[in-house]
Amino acid sequence: MDFQTGVFYFLSAILIFASLRVITARNPVHAALHLILAFFTCGGIWALLQAEFLAIAIILVYVGAVMVLFLFVVMMLDINIDRIRQGFWNYLPLGALLGLLMVMEMGLVLGSKYFQVPAAEAMVPAGVSNTKSIGALMFTDYVYPFELASLILLVGMIAAIVLTYRGPKKSKYTNPNQQVFVKAKDRVRVLQMPVEKD
Amino acid sequence: MLNLTLSHFLILGAILFAISVVGIFLNRKNLLVLLMAIELMLLAVNMNFVAFSHYLQDISGQIFVFFILTVAAAESAIGLAILIVLFRNLKSIHVDDLGSLKG
Repeated sequence: MDFQTGVFYFLSAILIFASLRVITARNPVHAALHLILAFFTCGGIWALLQAEFLAIAIILVYVGAVMVLFLFVVMMLDINIDRIRQGFWNYLPLGALLGLLMVMEMGLVLGSKYFQVPAAEAMVPAGVSNTKSIGALMFTDYVYPFELASLILLVGMIAAIVLTYRGPKKSKYTNPNQQVFVKAKDRVRVLQMPVEKD
Repeated sequence: MLNLTLSHFLILGAILFAISVVGIFLNRKNLLVLLMAIELMLLAVNMNFVAFSHYLQDISGQIFVFFILTVAAAESAIGLAILIVLFRNLKSIHVDDLGSLKG
């Protein structure tokens, strides 16, 4: 077994362990931290496949942005863990059985000899980086999808802001409507009290 | 030059996908972990794209992964924003408390 195969099995074992912990962790914070580990490991596997740009991008975008957002939200919400774990064990046997069946089916298909494609020598000719070739393709053939992707990000940003916006901060101001319609009884209350004598 | 074949990476992607499907089964009551399982599922798909891109010598697959990452980032941002609004209104993100549309 050569070095790269060993690295692949090592990273795959970490990736599968981390993703199993994501779905079984009791505390959502632990789940988010294991998801970070999974993304990081996946970046390593992609680097093994000579996709350096995506390996860096997934670490920067996912670990650096999306998962930090997840952690913020998880820590802001007050989660009742016991209630949320209700029914977890009831569904575990059926879920695990279905998962194993799915893996076996896909393994039978994907492990067949038609998928035993040997690796290519090199993705790109020597001297051209992966990032450069992605950029060359993205800004020629895929320039309209690229613009659409920026539009999707803009829509996502506006949607997230509009959904969580609470309106302007309440400062002290006079409401002319209330001033005009105010009645004397709103301002002055006359109390009837017995006279007290010493 | 890898000694690994395409099958290795495709089966790894299949295992990840199955794990996240099982995660959706198990954590039906937990919206946060549901969102995380969806992210994991997209990761499995991306793994297949990158593997095919490498073994078929076509860099377009990596560009698709780039777009999937974009959509997934927007999706999780909006999903988390909805979760926060939900929590602000209901003081809970438990799935059973979200039945107000039920007739």
